[in-house]
Amino acid sequence: MFVEALLTGITLGGMYALVAMGLTLQYGVARIMNLSYGEILVAAAFAVFWLFTAAGLNPLLGLVLIVPAALLVSWLIYRILLLPLVQRAKTRDALEVDSILATFGLLFVVQGVMLVLFGGAYYSYSFLAIPVNVFGVTIAANRLLALAFAAVIGLALYLGLTRTRAGTALRAVAVDPVSAQLVAIDVRAAAAIAFALGGALVASGGVLVSMFLTFNANIGVVFTMKALIIVIMGGVGNMLGALVAGLILGLTETFVATWIDPGLTLAATYTIFLIILLVRPQGLFGRSGR
Amino acid sequence: MTRRFRILAAALAVGLAGTLSLAAPNQALAQDKIKIGYAISKTGPNAGGANITQIPNYQLWVKELNDKGGLMIGGKRVPVEVIEYDDRSNSEEAVRAVERLITQDKVDLLLPPWGTGLNLAVGPVFNKYGYPQLTFSAVTDQAPALVKRWPNSFWFLGTSAQYIDALVDLLSKQQKAGKINGTVAMISVADGFGIDLSKAARDGLTKAGFKLAMDKSYPIGTQDMSPLISEAQRSGADTFIAFSYPPDTVAINDQSKVASFAPKVMFTGVGTGFPLFPQRFGANVEGIMSLGGWDPNNAGTTEYRKKHVAMHSRDPDYWGSQLGYVSLQMLEQAVERVGKIDREAIIKQLQTGTFDTVLGKIKLVDNMPPKGTYAYIGQWQNGLFTGIAPDGANMKPMVIPKPAWK
Repeated sequence: MFVEALLTGITLGGMYALVAMGLTLQYGVARIMNLSYGEILVAAAFAVFWLFTAAGLNPLLGLVLIVPAALLVSWLIYRILLLPLVQRAKTRDALEVDSILATFGLLFVVQGVMLVLFGGAYYSYSFLAIPVNVFGVTIAANRLLALAFAAVIGLALYLGLTRTRAGTALRAVAVDPVSAQLVAIDVRAAAAIAFALGGALVASGGVLVSMFLTFNANIGVVFTMKALIIVIMGGVGNMLGALVAGLILGLTETFVATWIDPGLTLAATYTIFLIILLVRPQGLFGRSGR
Repeated sequence: MTRRFRILAAALAVGLAGTLSLAAPNQALAQDKIKIGYAISKTGPNAGGANITQIPNYQLWVKELNDKGGLMIGGKRVPVEVIEYDDRSNSEEAVRAVERLITQDKVDLLLPPWGTGLNLAVGPVFNKYGYPQLTFSAVTDQAPALVKRWPNSFWFLGTSAQYIDALVDLLSKQQKAGKINGTVAMISVADGFGIDLSKAARDGLTKAGFKLAMDKSYPIGTQDMSPLISEAQRSGADTFIAFSYPPDTVAINDQSKVASFAPKVMFTGVGTGFPLFPQRFGANVEGIMSLGGWDPNNAGTTEYRKKHVAMHSRDPDYWGSQLGYVSLQMLEQAVERVGKIDREAIIKQLQTGTFDTVLGKIKLVDNMPPKGTYAYIGQWQNGLFTGIAPDGANMKPMVIPKPAWK
């Protein structure tokens, strides 16, 4: 029973981490508090649903199409919608407030388009809903896949950000956008790349969770909230932090549901969130005193 | 740190605020029109249900009316004009919109919003201005008391007790026949529907001598059902009951299939009768039970289903949809019998008249369809969500055990 709860928790946590990683890039590096984040995730879910049911395209192939498309669209959103805000913002705080308002508007645009195209009804399809036996525990293959993606993307981006020159530049922008310019980093280009990468990540999350979650045009905010909690818990801008925080939440929810009461999962989630905020306000992996 | 809190607070506010109204009223008034208004959840958490059960019925009915030339009033057909607002799944918004429909848009008739909560919220407004309120997506044990307080309110889906009585009766018979072991595992969503139904079921099942080996509730929006399904599997129960919402209903069945959890009786909540369900699970739906259900031999509902599919390219919901259409048919006939927009007389007519509907002749008792009008419990049989209880001529026998997952 313990192994079962552990594995189920890790799978759920992997999904949470996957959903949150894009936001940590967008918020941590590009400094855009993207409130339309969940809507982009749901849009990717709708896109793969449409490709799968109308064109019969395998969702994994859909991933190959949708992720680059999301990268491009996010880059365009940054260049067209957000860059003017970045240029006129006097301080980082001003940019965050402006970006909240702008992406709040974007939320309705994306949601409105989805409502027009698909209506408000629930959608769901079955893909890879086959049992896989892991250490004697039966888990759905699609959930394992989401976990694997979260782990691979999380580690790859962590290594990319810490071990490569481009990654170091991105981190420099996250730490201090003004000083980064002094060492010849093109801050605007770096932020645009981070925002676009974040968009690509959230789209991959949308494709993967659409394989096992039922969605409609209105549920984006659920994912935005979860992602925000994980990002703040893990430390803003830290990929590894998002991965660990996601796993902590997934394990907590599953352990509480298994041994205490499923009705208390939300309470447990927020208790942990509060404790971490009190003990480490900068997040688990966040830098203090920036 | 304070900045983070501020941002979190802003985001929370956004989450609570939900979405802004997108719908706008259609056109200015003209004397020779009947204005029908409604506020419904086009966005927000209720939109999923409203878009399956309610909005398609409104659209179908209005189109049929206007194809005929409109409502027959005083010997001539008067076209119908619709004014629609989005209540954003928010009760204050729904109350405001309904008041606006009455006082500013001056609609002749109102159609109800979606769900128990919103119907209870707008009830006083409907009552204050004397508009008939024909609800068909609200289940509440308060219905008989509400009818006394608001004689203008009609409750086509009835009370939670009626469903639980039918379910317990059905299970008792199976237990007496030795088909099930009398141990039940029950889970429910911690929200209106789940709380009401699970409370009634807890009392009903215990009274009938069933043992509840598991009785747990989970928060709305739970994204992983596997701990609950594992516990149900370990509990030794061979009857599994879930009072769940559509996303959970899909997740519960999905997880049960993955875990090869196939109890003899499998009962899941809202969404089991949605067109999405057979699309998602194919032949695996066979034997799964839920609320509602259709009579496969009823020509009226078969015809209604055809019209619904022709207009919306999907099946109706097999619980509330047919009653929604019935309520609209009754409203139409009541107005035409009265011959003018005299809402008091229309309410009187609805309370006392006998109406021709797709479910046959219906005369309401205490503003609710009497027992036997429609199925309370249904089961997927041969690709149709078929009514199996309460006992009656048009009910099919229950299939037990549920076939194993394929």
